[in-house]
Amino acid sequence: MTTHANPFPGGIHPAYRKDLTSGCEAVSMPVPKILVIPLSQHLGAPAKVLVKKGDLVKAGQLIAEPGGFISAAVHASSSGKVTAIGPVELPNGSMGEAVTIETDGAHEWERMEPIQNPFAADPKVLVERVKAAGIVGMGGATFPTHVKLTPPADSPVDWVMLNGAECEPYLTADHRVMLERADRIALGVKLIRHIMGVSKVSIGIEGNKADAIEAMKKAAGELAEVVELPVKYPQGSEKQLIYAITGRRVPPKKLPSVVGVTVFNVATVAAIADAVIEGTPLVERVVTVTGSGVNKPGNFLVPVGTRVMDLMEFAGGYRDEAAQLILGGPMMGRAAASDNVPIIKGVGGVLVLTAADMKNTDFGVCIRCGRCLRACPNAQNPMLLGQLIEKGLYSRIEEEKLREIVLDDCFECGSCTFVCPNRRPLVQFFQMAKGYYRSQQKRKG
Amino acid sequence: MEPRTFTVAYAPHVHDGSSANRIMWTVFLTLLPAAAVAVYAFGLDALRVLALSTALCVGMEALALVMMKRDPRASLDGSAALTGFLLGLTLPAGLSNGILVVGAFVAIIVAKQVFGGLGHNPFNPALTSRVFLLIAFPKQLTTWPVPRGLQDIQEFMGLAVTRTNDAVTSATPLAAIKEHAQRAMPNIQLNDLFFGVHTPGSIGEISALALLVGAAFLLYKRIITWHIPVATLLTVAVFGALTHLVNPAKYADPFFHLFAGGLFIGAFFMATDFVTAPVWPMGKIIYGVGIGLLTMLIRLWGGYPEGISFAILLMNAVTPLLDRYTVPTPFGLRTAPKKTGGES
Repeated sequence: MTTHANPFPGGIHPAYRKDLTSGCEAVSMPVPKILVIPLSQHLGAPAKVLVKKGDLVKAGQLIAEPGGFISAAVHASSSGKVTAIGPVELPNGSMGEAVTIETDGAHEWERMEPIQNPFAADPKVLVERVKAAGIVGMGGATFPTHVKLTPPADSPVDWVMLNGAECEPYLTADHRVMLERADRIALGVKLIRHIMGVSKVSIGIEGNKADAIEAMKKAAGELAEVVELPVKYPQGSEKQLIYAITGRRVPPKKLPSVVGVTVFNVATVAAIADAVIEGTPLVERVVTVTGSGVNKPGNFLVPVGTRVMDLMEFAGGYRDEAAQLILGGPMMGRAAASDNVPIIKGVGGVLVLTAADMKNTDFGVCIRCGRCLRACPNAQNPMLLGQLIEKGLYSRIEEEKLREIVLDDCFECGSCTFVCPNRRPLVQFFQMAKGYYRSQQKRKG
Repeated sequence: MEPRTFTVAYAPHVHDGSSANRIMWTVFLTLLPAAAVAVYAFGLDALRVLALSTALCVGMEALALVMMKRDPRASLDGSAALTGFLLGLTLPAGLSNGILVVGAFVAIIVAKQVFGGLGHNPFNPALTSRVFLLIAFPKQLTTWPVPRGLQDIQEFMGLAVTRTNDAVTSATPLAAIKEHAQRAMPNIQLNDLFFGVHTPGSIGEISALALLVGAAFLLYKRIITWHIPVATLLTVAVFGALTHLVNPAKYADPFFHLFAGGLFIGAFFMATDFVTAPVWPMGKIIYGVGIGLLTMLIRLWGGYPEGISFAILLMNAVTPLLDRYTVPTPFGLRTAPKKTGGES
């Protein structure tokens, strides 16, 4: 069943460029010689390492356990020898601890026991399995999935949503997962219904992926309704997706569970099914390699911890003009200074742009044209906030009550910055202000 | 493969290609139909006023930038040219070059750069300058050349025709109505007001049609939104209709008020100036209603026949308040969150 969706306010229509890779089946990449597996690939506390230098590990072996309730396990993506444990550069530009494995090429597995007859099993056992498999939100937010599966008792969840919007331009990883693993996603839906005791499940897919809508309808049958979403960025943002499908609005700074909803990325749901029925932890994911700076755009099934340089070598390499490397999509992805960074659980795209595509970053004053106000999917005030931050008027931001509801609610989708005719770096201003307030908080203790 | 290094920049890494300069020049282009009608109607004198006013404003901007040790090339960003062009369009053809220099100085130096330049001026620079000139040079600013070859119509209307130098001047329709309400009204054709080639008035205001063509393009390109012009025009029409109903002999009908004077250029091109207008939809509507009301109050009972310039400047002063008190409810707070589903 397809139903219509509620349009959220604002939003933008960037050039999608998905046709570069939407027809490319995900190619399995052979295990590279070196894997760099960070201990913090998720939101929350970093995982605690369980191996030491010189240890021999197998594919799927637990190498770090969750470091708290909001944390996730980390596994070896292939068999080999641990050669180093120490800080490396992460895709988000920061430094973090990682386990470096020199692979042996045998790719020997050590899987968990498959759960026989999972629909008769205690949901708690299945949640434990998801936790043990190190599954996190694969849409980019990397929130530990086992936490989402157990919502707080005071906000019961009656509606589960699968996010197949993939509204970031260029990226087609989720699109391919929906086409190639529709049945596995449907099985994941069945498991989630069992775990959470929820009967209402909707799968939101943007209208520009007609084949994925068809595939998911066929696979999901009566298990879930497929909702065709308007093609508008950022349709895949959690709160905008929930509004589109349910008409419920999640208040600023609140989690979706306060309106009785939980959202999972489609690839995450497939990973849940893998963990339960095969015992396979999250050690590989589909990554779109695309952009005008690569020789052969395509989709690849990549072991977690593969360095971008190794992926690029397998994927066909860079063009000479390649100038910018973005991990993720062009709207919210991070520019990396070097390709010596690992692919982690939340990275769905490697976008390489040439100097010709790169945007001019000279910016001017605000001319109050109001385009950012019309683009903001939260109907917030990026204009005033940007002006105040630019001038360093942090106390006025608090006086105007722009911090609590406006700044903290901004999820940095970049729509305002995309449309600003004077190319003001609004998102960067907001990040700067958030950093300022964080440091203030720390100082206060 | 050796690691490769890349240029880093902040997200988003793509842009829609819009630019402030292009917006300014687009508004400039959408004023060309009105300017073309003016040149047809008033001849080279209109062209001289428009070209000189535009050039002088760009020159003043460059001068101000040099004095502030900034890059004078920024004077070509289109904003100063647009101010100069708009100022020229609000002036009578035949205005002397000396007054144009004063006008450019007031617009760019006094009304814009003193307040911090582009984006920071509280009042519309072109209108500030026009109102300054109107007060400083009342005679010259209300000497309206008659469009060429139309003296017979003037005599037919029974209005005063005076000769200054070799130009023939006359009252604008609004002034005529103000002076000789009952006598002038039957002689004023709405057609003339709409097409504009026969009507005395400011260079840019005479043709409602030419202004509408430009405005339609601005709306289509979403450079301006409908809120301000629609609110202004509707208010003027409703106010005009009410007063006309009360006393048709004294007050002109609403169509006259819509098409006469500077209402169209004001509502579509001046009131919508980004920098000095409110940004939120509700604020824009209140602002537009305010402009319409003030315009009609001045037109019907004030000391001047036309009030749109004063009305817009007065409402400019209210813009910061409107921006503050008309902020829409953020998306997430629009309705109380529903605890349990039941819809679908």
